Amino acid sequence: MDITKKQYDKMVKKASPPSKVIRDVIFAFLIGGAICTVGQIVNMCYGFYIQNQDDVSALTSMTMIFLGALLTGLNVYDDIAKYGGAGTLVPITGFANSIVSPAMEFRTEGYVLGVGANMFKIAGPVLVFGISTSVIYGVIYFFMR
Amino acid sequence: MGVKSTIKFNNGVYINGFFSSVGKIEGEGPLGKYFDAVSEDALFGAKSWEQAENNLIKTTVSGAMTKAAVTPDEVDLLFAGDLLNQCTGSSFGLKYFDIPFFGLYGACSTFVESTALAAAMINAGYAKRVVAAASSHFCSSEKQYRFPLEYGGVRTPTSQWTVTGSGAVMLSDKGTGLKVTSMTVGKMVDMGVCDANNMGAAMAPAAADTIYRHFEETGKTPADYDCIVTGDLAAVGSELLIDLLSRKGLDISQKHMDTGSMIFDSQAQGTNAGGSGCGCVASVFCSYFVPKLAKKEIKKILVVATGALMSTTTAQLGEPIIGIAHGITVEI
Repeated sequence: MDITKKQYDKMVKKASPPSKVIRDVIFAFLIGGAICTVGQIVNMCYGFYIQNQDDVSALTSMTMIFLGALLTGLNVYDDIAKYGGAGTLVPITGFANSIVSPAMEFRTEGYVLGVGANMFKIAGPVLVFGISTSVIYGVIYFFMR
Repeated sequence: MGVKSTIKFNNGVYINGFFSSVGKIEGEGPLGKYFDAVSEDALFGAKSWEQAENNLIKTTVSGAMTKAAVTPDEVDLLFAGDLLNQCTGSSFGLKYFDIPFFGLYGACSTFVESTALAAAMINAGYAKRVVAAASSHFCSSEKQYRFPLEYGGVRTPTSQWTVTGSGAVMLSDKGTGLKVTSMTVGKMVDMGVCDANNMGAAMAPAAADTIYRHFEETGKTPADYDCIVTGDLAAVGSELLIDLLSRKGLDISQKHMDTGSMIFDSQAQGTNAGGSGCGCVASVFCSYFVPKLAKKEIKKILVVATGALMSTTTAQLGEPIIGIAHGITVEI
C-alpha cells in the first residue's frame, strides 16, 4: 500500500458511520425507565403486604432477576436490548440476561464444562471487580468510622 | 518486479456443478429466490450450532456433486473450510463422503482459496474432479467470536452480520463453457485496523492490493470484466476499496459489486454494514453469479474474496487484524 497506517486510519474514520447517539440515548432512557417503572410497581405491590422494607427490596430484586431470566429464555430480551442498549444493560434484568444467555448457549457442551464453566463468562468480570471494590470500600469504611 | 502472483489456468478447468444453501434470514433477503436450498430451521435438524454447520456444508457439497452428476467416489479431491476453531465445520460435515480432503482456513476468503487451489490441481493434471466448498453459520460464529445469541448487546453501525450459508463448486478437467481461468494469490496486508466490528475496513486494503496486482500482472483493465465481485467488504469496506484503488489510478466503481452488500437489505433486516463469513461469497457466487454466467448474461468476472485473519485471542492482545484477499477469474 502506498498510504501510511495513519492516512488509512483517517480514511476509515471518514467512511465509518458513527453510532446514532441521540437516538440511542432516548431509547435507553425510555426502555431503561420502563424497566425501572416495572420494578417500582413490583416494589409497591410487595409493600402492600409486607411491612419490612428490606424484605420488600430483596423480593423486588429477585422478581426483576426472574423476569430478566424468563425473557431471556423466551428469546425476547435480546430483541428489546437491540433498541434499549444501555437501558436494558444497566438494570438488574441485564445482569440476569448476561448469566442466562451463556448458560443457554453452552448447554450443548454439557452441564459442568458447558453451562457451569461458561455461565459467568460475561458477568464474571463484573463480579470480580464489583466484589473487590466493595471489599476495599469496606476496609476504608472500617477505619474511617 | 518479483514473481507473478497471478497464475493462468490454460488447460481448461470447468465448473460442472454448483450449489448454494442458506438460512432463513438470507432466504428472506434480496437474493432469496436465487439460492438452491433455504432452511427455515437454523439448526438444520441438528442439536447444536456446530452440528448445524456440519449439516449445512454436507448438504451443499452433496448438492454440487448431484448437479454435476458425479458420485463421491468419482471425486479425486475435496477442498473446504469454515470459520470454526480447528475448521471442524468442514471436517465433521464432510467425513461421510470419504473423499481425500484438504481443510483450509482463510477466514472469509476461504471459498475462493479452496476454488483456486482446486482449479490449480486440475490445471496441473494432478486431479480430474475436485470439489471446493466453504461455509459459515451465524450462530456458531457468534458463539465463538462474540456473545451468546440471547445476550442483549448492541451492534455498531460498521459491524457485519455473519451469513448462514454455504456454497460448493464441482470442478473438472472436462466440460463446456464455464471456466475458471486464473487465480491471483492474496498477500497478508496489515493496515493497523484493530476494530473487530469494522472488518470491512480491515480487509479493504488487501482487496485493493490483490485487484491492483491482478490488473498490473495481466495487463487487463476493469473494462475487460462484466463484474468485479468482492466478498464481503460490505458498505464501509466497499467505499474504502473504491477510494484506495482510485488513488492508484484504477477506477472500478462502475463494475464493482460486493456480496456482503447484496445478500441483505441492511435497513429492513438490521444487519448494519452488511453480510460477512465464508458462506456469504460462497453462496452468492454459486447462486447468483455462476448461473448468470451459465446463461451468458455476463461473460467474464473477477471474484475477490477477502478474509480477516485474527482470533479472539489476537484481538484481546491488541494485535491488528490482517487482511487477505484471493482472486479468481471465471468466464464463459
